[in-house]
Amino acid sequence: MRLRGLMVGAVTALVLPLAACGGSDGGDSTNPPANEAASFEAGTTMEKLNKAGAVKIGTKFDQPLFGLKGLDGKPVGFDVEIAKIIAAKLGISADKIEWVETPSKVREEVIEQGKVDFVVATYTINDARKQRISFAGPYYEAGQDLMVKKDNSAITGPDSLKSANAKVCSVTGSTPSENIKKYIDPANLVLFDVYSKCADALRTGQVDVVTTDNVILLGLVDASKGEFKLVGKPFTKEPYGIGVTKGDTKFCEFIHETLEEASGNGGYEKAWKDTAGKVAPDTPKLPTLATCS
Amino acid sequence: MGVIIDNIGLYWNGFLTTLRICVFAMVGSLILGTLIAACRVSPIPPLRWFGTSWVNVFRNCPLTVVLFFCAFGLPEIGINGAYFVFGVLGLVLYTSAFVCEAVRSGINAVPAGQAEAARAVGLTFGQSLSLIILPQALRTVVPPLGSVIIAMIKNSAIAGAFGVGGDLFDVGEVLTSARGEAALPVLTGVALGYLAITIPAGLLLGVLERKVAIAR
Amino acid sequence: MSASVLYDALGPRAKRRVAVGSIIAVIGAIAVLALVTVQLEEQGQFEQEKWAPLIDPSDERFPLVWDLMFEALGNTLIAAAWAMLFSLIIGTLLAVTRVTAARWYRWAVVGVIEFLRGIPVVIAIFFAARVLPEAGVDLEPLWFLVIGLTAYNSVIIAEIVRAGINSLPAGQREAGESLGMTRWQVLYLILLPQAFRIMLPALISQLVVVLKDTSLGFIISYPELVRTAGFIVQNLQNPIQTYLIVAVIFILINYALSRLAIFVERRLSRGRKAAVPEAQPMAATTVTGAGAGVGA
Repeated sequence: MRLRGLMVGAVTALVLPLAACGGSDGGDSTNPPANEAASFEAGTTMEKLNKAGAVKIGTKFDQPLFGLKGLDGKPVGFDVEIAKIIAAKLGISADKIEWVETPSKVREEVIEQGKVDFVVATYTINDARKQRISFAGPYYEAGQDLMVKKDNSAITGPDSLKSANAKVCSVTGSTPSENIKKYIDPANLVLFDVYSKCADALRTGQVDVVTTDNVILLGLVDASKGEFKLVGKPFTKEPYGIGVTKGDTKFCEFIHETLEEASGNGGYEKAWKDTAGKVAPDTPKLPTLATCS
Repeated sequence: MGVIIDNIGLYWNGFLTTLRICVFAMVGSLILGTLIAACRVSPIPPLRWFGTSWVNVFRNCPLTVVLFFCAFGLPEIGINGAYFVFGVLGLVLYTSAFVCEAVRSGINAVPAGQAEAARAVGLTFGQSLSLIILPQALRTVVPPLGSVIIAMIKNSAIAGAFGVGGDLFDVGEVLTSARGEAALPVLTGVALGYLAITIPAGLLLGVLERKVAIAR
Repeated sequence: MSASVLYDALGPRAKRRVAVGSIIAVIGAIAVLALVTVQLEEQGQFEQEKWAPLIDPSDERFPLVWDLMFEALGNTLIAAAWAMLFSLIIGTLLAVTRVTAARWYRWAVVGVIEFLRGIPVVIAIFFAARVLPEAGVDLEPLWFLVIGLTAYNSVIIAEIVRAGINSLPAGQREAGESLGMTRWQVLYLILLPQAFRIMLPALISQLVVVLKDTSLGFIISYPELVRTAGFIVQNLQNPIQTYLIVAVIFILINYALSRLAIFVERRLSRGRKAAVPEAQPMAATTVTGAGAGVGA
């Protein structure tokens, strides 16, 4: 089972040291160049980070295509690229970023406690979370979908799960795992700590369906060498946002400017094509940004 | 503590699931462990080697890894089943190594004269083991076996992370991670659930110990 | 296992029977192995692509994988070492204060010990990692793992220490007291040093338990061996192979520690009384068994 993700890992592993040797523009040739002339209004988060010349960013380490720790110990993925674009705009080069692993359950906590400066981690914007933190974005909109084996024609959407008595796999404590409970008998829900285990369970016939956000499933479909397919009917909307300290409107607005600029100059598209775009057919447009509050 | 009252049904189901895992795993590991112990003292060398390697592998490997191989290795070789069964199986394999060692120490503690007498009246190895040695050994191993079983009850929490689902540990995960409840009351409830099994088990063990104790 | 008391020296017929039994056992084992191998082969589990990064030094991913593995092994050992150290200190304190201090304190200690002994280690770790941050305690995952492991293991070690002290002849304490030593002097100068010698094998066995329990760190994202194996698997898509390597690493280390415990035990029993017969080889293990039992 050879796959793209593995090649990505191997390629980055080969490219990074080379780029580091040849780098003369203050950053890697593969990374967005740091905005060295940046200067910010006194007292803002941007000024603080720019002066420090370093930033702590929370992302996932176990989410293929978005944030996955590679064999060289560095995370790769679309979230990571978006984070690098923001850091570059702050005048911080990619090698000055400290990556902090933020699994779903600790994301609000680490922002509140100031353990990270912001979080880019397949982080769905919702009202419960807005009670504790603020979101910039959304920078991407996903939707929950189902993944089944290639020859499965019985499952056509969430409503067909019950009649098929399908066993469904998802990740412990995740939003998709709670969403799907509406459609199935709880005894048919199987939970693991990462989606790759769900994919293994699907391949060996232990479960019939894997459910989570469609982009994550795409990565698994790609890795399966044609064994799996997507049902292709997203039944929720999952706008991914960037988590910042609650009420930090100026920083949120700064991130919005950065995202719009990246959308205009091709940086957003490049970030996508280098990562998730390798398996997802269409390059998304930056969604309409919400108002900062 | 409101969260415990509000979700009492969830807790109760989790408690029952944990209890079910424990009962199956206890019976399984006691039987398997005793068989492995019989292998370890048998006159047939390959069986002894088998018993020894069994104990060394399962005693020295983390339960998480054993459970992983049950949940993902077995389907790989064409054995499919419910994750509940795999979870129980992992616990049985792991615990059997400790049961085996406890039983073997019990066998060693039976006075040599008993085995000699058994042989003198013409009993075979199987007969002397099952009729003379094991019944006496099992009495002296009640305390260590009890600790092994209580440890197993606590270890059952780890099976919850391997797809078994719905056990007490899982209830804690669901309430804190997915529903965002405060960890202290939720986990206190989970801890109380385990204590409701382990403390009575400990008391029962004490009673049993006094019942079967033999003066030597 | 020289001559077992369970069966006689074998005669010609029994020898034949044992030989037949051996052959059947070996054939059975080979059959099972062959069956598993065929199944794994069918599933493509022996493909070069799945093994090369782990075992072939000429593969370009090999150094990366093993760098990660060694780093993770280091993390595992560090967590185990800290947990063991803290457990020893707190466990000893619990044990000695339990026999000397005021009654209300004894009751409190017994309560805490019973509570911690009754809950799963994984819940203790979870407790540390989720409740302490809510209370404003801000630490690295390593320390949450260490706190969880210590909470559980210190009470086990307290029991081991207590058993060790109780196993000393009463004359030791009496001799100390008759020399005019205080209770603490007797404890520190006479009882504890001897107790630790007796307990050493049990303590080493407990280290095996702690080492295995560090693997529960994966639940709180501490990058120990099992969790790191997870990262490697997501990059290389070879779960069976990678976890097999992890299992082998754990088994080798823990097996070595168990042998060390047995070796130390033999040394000690030879040193103290030369004429101890082999009749009770389980003596020290019983101390372990009673207190420690099975860790995860």
